[in-house]
Amino acid sequence: MQRIGVFVCWCGSNIAGTVDVKAVAEALKFEPGVVHSTDYQYMCSQAGQNLIKDAIKEHNLTGIVVCSCSPRMHEATFRKTAQSAGINPYMVEIANIREQCSWVHKDMAIGTEKAIILGKAAVAKVNLNAPLTPGESPVTKRALVIGGGIAGIQTALDIADAGFEVDIVEKKPTIGGKMAQLDKTFPTLDCAACILTPKMVDVAQHEKIRIFSYSEVESVKGFVGNFNVTIKKHARYVKEDLCTGCGACVEKCPQKKVANEFNLNMDNRHAIYIPFAQAVPKVATIDPSACTMLKTGKCGVCSKICAAGAIDYTQKDEYIEEKYGAIVVATGFNPISLEKFDEYAYSQSKDVITSLEFERLTNAAGPTAGKLLRPSDGKHPHKIVFVQCVGSRCSAGAEKGKEYCSKICCMYTAKHAMLVRDKYPDTEVYVFYIDVRTPGKNFDEFYRRAVEEYGVHYIKGMVGKVTPEGEVLKVQGSDLINNKQINIDADLVVLAAAIEPDKSARPLATKLTASMDTNDFFTEAHPKLRPVESPTAGVFLSGACQGPKDIPETVSQAGAAAAKVIGLLAKDKLLGNPCVARSNELLCNGCSNCEKVCPYGAITYIDKDFRMPDRTTRTRRIAQVNPAVCQGCGACTVTCPSGAMDLNGFTNGQIMAEVDAICK
Amino acid sequence: MQITEHKPLIVAFCCNWCSYAGADLAGNNRLNYPADVKIIRVPCSCRVNPMFVLRAFQKGADGVIICGCHPGDCHYTSGNYYARRRMAMLFSMLDYLGIERERTRVEWVSAAEGAKFSATMNDFVEKVTKLGKNKRLEDLRCKK
Repeated sequence: MQRIGVFVCWCGSNIAGTVDVKAVAEALKFEPGVVHSTDYQYMCSQAGQNLIKDAIKEHNLTGIVVCSCSPRMHEATFRKTAQSAGINPYMVEIANIREQCSWVHKDMAIGTEKAIILGKAAVAKVNLNAPLTPGESPVTKRALVIGGGIAGIQTALDIADAGFEVDIVEKKPTIGGKMAQLDKTFPTLDCAACILTPKMVDVAQHEKIRIFSYSEVESVKGFVGNFNVTIKKHARYVKEDLCTGCGACVEKCPQKKVANEFNLNMDNRHAIYIPFAQAVPKVATIDPSACTMLKTGKCGVCSKICAAGAIDYTQKDEYIEEKYGAIVVATGFNPISLEKFDEYAYSQSKDVITSLEFERLTNAAGPTAGKLLRPSDGKHPHKIVFVQCVGSRCSAGAEKGKEYCSKICCMYTAKHAMLVRDKYPDTEVYVFYIDVRTPGKNFDEFYRRAVEEYGVHYIKGMVGKVTPEGEVLKVQGSDLINNKQINIDADLVVLAAAIEPDKSARPLATKLTASMDTNDFFTEAHPKLRPVESPTAGVFLSGACQGPKDIPETVSQAGAAAAKVIGLLAKDKLLGNPCVARSNELLCNGCSNCEKVCPYGAITYIDKDFRMPDRTTRTRRIAQVNPAVCQGCGACTVTCPSGAMDLNGFTNGQIMAEVDAICK
Repeated sequence: MQITEHKPLIVAFCCNWCSYAGADLAGNNRLNYPADVKIIRVPCSCRVNPMFVLRAFQKGADGVIICGCHPGDCHYTSGNYYARRRMAMLFSMLDYLGIERERTRVEWVSAAEGAKFSATMNDFVEKVTKLGKNKRLEDLRCKK
C-alpha cells in the first residue's frame, strides 16, 4: 500500500483565485492511500519544495501528488524534489489544476469541484505507480544544422568553436541564405556582405565544420543523442573536390538566358553558375533544367574549358548516412507570394517590386550594379512609394495574408527610404504604414533619422490601389491623420511583403516529428523559458524558422541554440525515458501484432523456454522490447490481443484508475 | 415542475505532445470551456485503449473525446492514424449499442490550437448536454 502525500499549490492567486485550495487539500485527505495533505502558496519555490521534502521524511511517503500547474511546466521540478528526498522520481504525479481548471473556469464552486476530481484521479494513478529507472544511451558527439543562412552559420560556428563536429546541410548551392542577398543592414547601415562573408569563410575553413551544399535532409530516424540522418546530395554535375571556382566555365557557357534566382529573376545567369562571387563553397553548379548537354547531349563546352577536369555530366544524386547527437533547424523564411494582392499591381507592372527585390536593386553586386533603376525601362525613379504590411497583420478570417506582424519590415523600409534619400536626394520617398514598430536597440532613433534628417514622408494609412498608367503608377491611399485621400504618381512602388517560413519547413517538421504552429513556424518547447528548443528532445531551433526575426535576434538565438547543443553533446551518456513498453512474457502469445505497429522497430521476438506445470519444457515465441529504442507511444499496448504489453508510467491499470476516479 | 439542467460528464483523452499542450494553451489564454470536461493525459492518442472508452461509459460518462496531433504531425509518426482507425471501429460498435455518435469524437488539436481546443470542448459539451444522461451502457453495479 502506498503512503501518498498530496500537495496543493495556490500559485499565488492563479489557482487560489478560482479554486478553494484548502477544500481540495481537505477533500483529498480521505482518498485511499493518502496519509498527508496540505497546501502552500508556491509549491515550486524553494520553500515549497522543502515542504515536500520534509513531508516525505516525516510521513514516510512513497508517492506524491502535486495539484498545481501543467506537468509540462513543473513535472521535472517535482520529480527532482522527490528524488532528492530519497523516493523514485516516477512516483510523482501532477494534477493540472491551473491551465486545465482555474484558468478556464470562473466559478469557485465549479473550479473546486473539478480540482478535487482531478486530484482524485492523480491519487488513483499514484496508487498504481511503480518506481522506474531510466536506461542510459550514448551520445553521438556531432551536430547537424539544417539551413546555411546566418542562423545556421552562427549556430555551426558556435558549436564547432566548443570543439564538436558540425555538419551544415543547405539546399542551395551556397550557404549565406537571405542575408547574402541584402544590401545594407539596419540600424548601423553596414553592408550585409561585409559582415556575412567573413563568417562564411570561417565556416568553410573551420576544421570541425563540413558543408553539404545543394543537399537536403531525406530522412531522420533515431532519437536524442542518436539520430540517424540520410542526406540527399543533389547532383551538381561538377566534382566539388576538383572545381577551383575560377568561373571559366560560366563565362563560356552558351546557355545565358536562365532566370537568376539569386537576383530574384531580375536578370539572367548561365546554365552553369556560381550564385555570387563570395559563394561558399565556391563551386560551379549545372542547372539540369537549362543545360543543353544534359538535355540533348550536344554541347560540352564547360567540360572542354575546365582545366581541372571537374565537370561530370554523369553525376547522380548521392545519399549520405550520418549519425548525430543533436539537430538544429535553421530553415529561415521567404517573402510570401503576392499573387493574391493584385490591388498593388505586382503582377501587372515590373515597377511594382518587393522589398527583397529592392535590396538586389540597390546592392552593388545586384543586377544594376547598385544603381537604383526602374526594372521596366532602366530610368531613374523620382518618386518612390513604399507600402508596409503587405500581407502582415491581416484579420484572422481574411482569405489572404498572415495574422502576425512580420517584424522586420518597418526597419528595412526605413533603411531603404534612407538609402534612397542618401544616394538620390532628388527622389521623393513616401511610406504608407499602419504603425511604425521599432522596439529594438537604436531602432527608433534610426527611424526618426529617416523622418527628421532624410525627409522621408511617412503617411499613416494604407494604399488601396496601384494602377499602372503609361509610365507612372497611380497610387491611391489614405492619410488617416489628416483624414484625406492621397494620390501619388509614383515611378516605383516597393511592397513590404510579409515573411513566412520556408516551404521546406513543413515536410522537415514531419521528418523530425517536431511540432509547428498554424503558420508553419516551428513551436518552441516553452515560449518563454525554452525558446530555442523544440518539444522533440534533441531538436533545436535557430532563426526565423521559429518566428519572424531580424539579424541581431537571429544571431543571438543561434548562439543560444548552440549553447543548448553544446550542453547536450558535452554529456557522455543520456538518461532515457523509462516510460517505455514492457511485455509480460507469460501472457504474450507471439502474434507479432505489436511488432507491426511499432514505429521504431523496438520490438523483436525471441524463443524462450518455459517450464510447464507438468515439468516439461516448452519453447515459446515471445515479444521483447528494446527500452533504448522504445519511445513510449503505447501503440503496441492497445494492439496486443492478450494484454501482455503495457506501458510504464501509463499502464492500463493506471489509466483505468483515472477513468474510474473521474467517473465516480 | 422545476427542471434542473443536466450536467454531463465528459472524459477527454489528450495526447501529451499536441492536444494536452493545446489544452494548456487554452488555459494560458484563459479560453473558457465547461468544467464538465476532465482531461486524462496519455503519451499518444494511440495509447487510448477502447477498453478505457468502454469503461468510462460503463462508469457513467456521458461523452468521451480523444484528441491527438493532426494527421502527419504525430510525435510518434503514426500513432494518431492507429487511434483514428481503432476509434472508427469502436464508435460504430458503440453506435450499434445505442451510444449516440455525438457522444464520441476524435479531434485533432495541435499544441498551438488553444482556441480550437476550447471551441471543440464547448461544442462537444453542448451536443452531449442536448442528448441528456447516458444510460445505455451504464453498469448499475457501479452505482453507489
